[in-house]
Amino acid sequence: MAMTRENLINIILAVLLLAAPLAANAFGQPFYVTLATRIVILALAATGLNLALGLGGLVSFGHAAFFGIGGYAAGILATHGFSGDPLLFGFSGTNQMLVIWLVAMVVAGLVGLLIGAISLRTSGVYFIMITLAFAQMVYYFAISWPAYGGEDGLSILVRNQFPGVNTMRPLGFFLICYAVLMAVLGLFVLIRGSRFGSALQAARQNEVRVATVGIAPFRIRLTAFAISAAITGLAGALFADLNRFVSPSMLSWHMSGELIVLIILGGAGRLFGPLAGATLFVIIEYVLGGLTERWQFFLGLILLGTVLFARGGLLGLFAGKAKHG
Amino acid sequence: MTVALALEQLLNGLQLGVMLFLMAAGLTLIFGVMGLINLAHGSLYMVGAFACATVAAATGSFWIGLVASLACAAAAGAIIELLVIRRLYDRDHLDQVLATFALILIFSEGTRWLFGSFPLYLDIPPLLQGAVALPGGAQYPVYRLAIIAAGALVAFGLYLLIGKTRLGMRIRAGESDREMIGALGVDIRTLYTVVFALGAALAGLAGAMVGALQSVQVGMGEPVLILAFVVIVIGGIGSIKGALLGALLVGVVDTMGRLLLPQLFGLFVPPSQAGMIGAAAASMLIYVMMALILAVKPRGLFPAAHM
Repeated sequence: MAMTRENLINIILAVLLLAAPLAANAFGQPFYVTLATRIVILALAATGLNLALGLGGLVSFGHAAFFGIGGYAAGILATHGFSGDPLLFGFSGTNQMLVIWLVAMVVAGLVGLLIGAISLRTSGVYFIMITLAFAQMVYYFAISWPAYGGEDGLSILVRNQFPGVNTMRPLGFFLICYAVLMAVLGLFVLIRGSRFGSALQAARQNEVRVATVGIAPFRIRLTAFAISAAITGLAGALFADLNRFVSPSMLSWHMSGELIVLIILGGAGRLFGPLAGATLFVIIEYVLGGLTERWQFFLGLILLGTVLFARGGLLGLFAGKAKHG
Repeated sequence: MTVALALEQLLNGLQLGVMLFLMAAGLTLIFGVMGLINLAHGSLYMVGAFACATVAAATGSFWIGLVASLACAAAAGAIIELLVIRRLYDRDHLDQVLATFALILIFSEGTRWLFGSFPLYLDIPPLLQGAVALPGGAQYPVYRLAIIAAGALVAFGLYLLIGKTRLGMRIRAGESDREMIGALGVDIRTLYTVVFALGAALAGLAGAMVGALQSVQVGMGEPVLILAFVVIVIGGIGSIKGALLGALLVGVVDTMGRLLLPQLFGLFVPPSQAGMIGAAAASMLIYVMMALILAVKPRGLFPAAHM
């Protein structure tokens, strides 16, 4: 890996993100550890979307569906694990994060496969609207299905367990999330550099040429969409554990919009784009939210300015234009 | 279930469909002519409702409020077109989604800033209060019938405007070839602003009319916006005819589904569960319908010819 300016910035970001919560913890400020955890989890969710949107050019406006499905997987498994009520086939839930993550990823991935199989038959603006509509379908289902809280959401009484870590301590949970994010970013690098990743990016740049050399873009995109959904689902499970609460708001279309915003703020298609975007977003949310109740108004202005005048996002500003690839 | 109930719900479905048409017509026109996906269309709906409620409260007349809603929504549309939207025509859809998403945040928080978090209420005008008897004995509100009639009038007006006038001819020309009509000397920038303001006025009208049925509050446009997306995806993006048929289909299927599905499930499972499963299934019904239609026709029922 050549030491480009972007790689240097990436390393600085990764180190800062680890150092800040460690320092906050040492100074007895657990609130900032939780804030950093929020950054990491949102970055993870957006990294999932970045695979489809950044590499594949698939503008999914429905990734909140996978985020929420991951969250509900965690919430439902934990609820049954706590109460002992059987869930399916005599399996009565669990409070083990590793099992919950697996279930969240499998379920979100399968739903992603289903939604992708229909949505990927279309492209452009149709694709945007259809993914949005499917996410709304999941959202309304969650609201009208009363078994797991309906509109009120579902509380997780005790944060789920991870072998060898006290997850109730903010720093312990942060380190788990950070490790997951780094692992997924590693996976992103592997995918981006693989034959599959090359085909995915080529299909974004020129679909006809990819088809001409004998690669079916549909299957490549569907695979990418499902992997992307699974990663965002994993982030959803962690988000549920962070808040110890799941509600339909995780599934709302604002969430889908926010995930896209994170990517664009940071820089689409870049490895650390989502992380840079999530950091900026959470800091804006925190700082503006402290100054004014109407922080979303100013967030809107910042976002509008970014889209109109600062294309390439934060990393584009500091690390120059993205390389073709 | 009685005939009267079914008829009443059918009319409710039509009324929902008409309102969706007013939203979807603007969206599909803007997409057809300018190639722009506008998420902030729901905000213009909200602007119409707030303008109507405020002016009606100040003047005591719903009708002045209605005119104000058209004017305010059209003006808001023209302003955002001039300031923001104009810069997005050459951008990809992703940028359009983001910029108009940002506009939603600005409109929603801005409205909350101006009007506070409490909903406003709008009374049905005296002329349209009361109910008429339906065959079967049920009473149906005159106001809802008036909305259906207004929608039908707007649909006919749009047909005349687009099919028979000079402006309509330019709009159709813009849909088939944007560069060419610019090259022929039509002031395309003004045309875009006019089309955007027209779409905005239709959304504002829908918001004002619905404002008398529901409370007028921030965020009221968003569920309608997403339904309108479903409508234009089903109808074929860029097609006004598709928007009309798609809107009526979505309105009627959604309303009748909420009535019929719980009863349908009642045939198979105990009533206590049937209500729950039926309600959940009904809330997903139009999305399932959309998926089915797209599986057969990926570009909607009436795909615009040039796309």
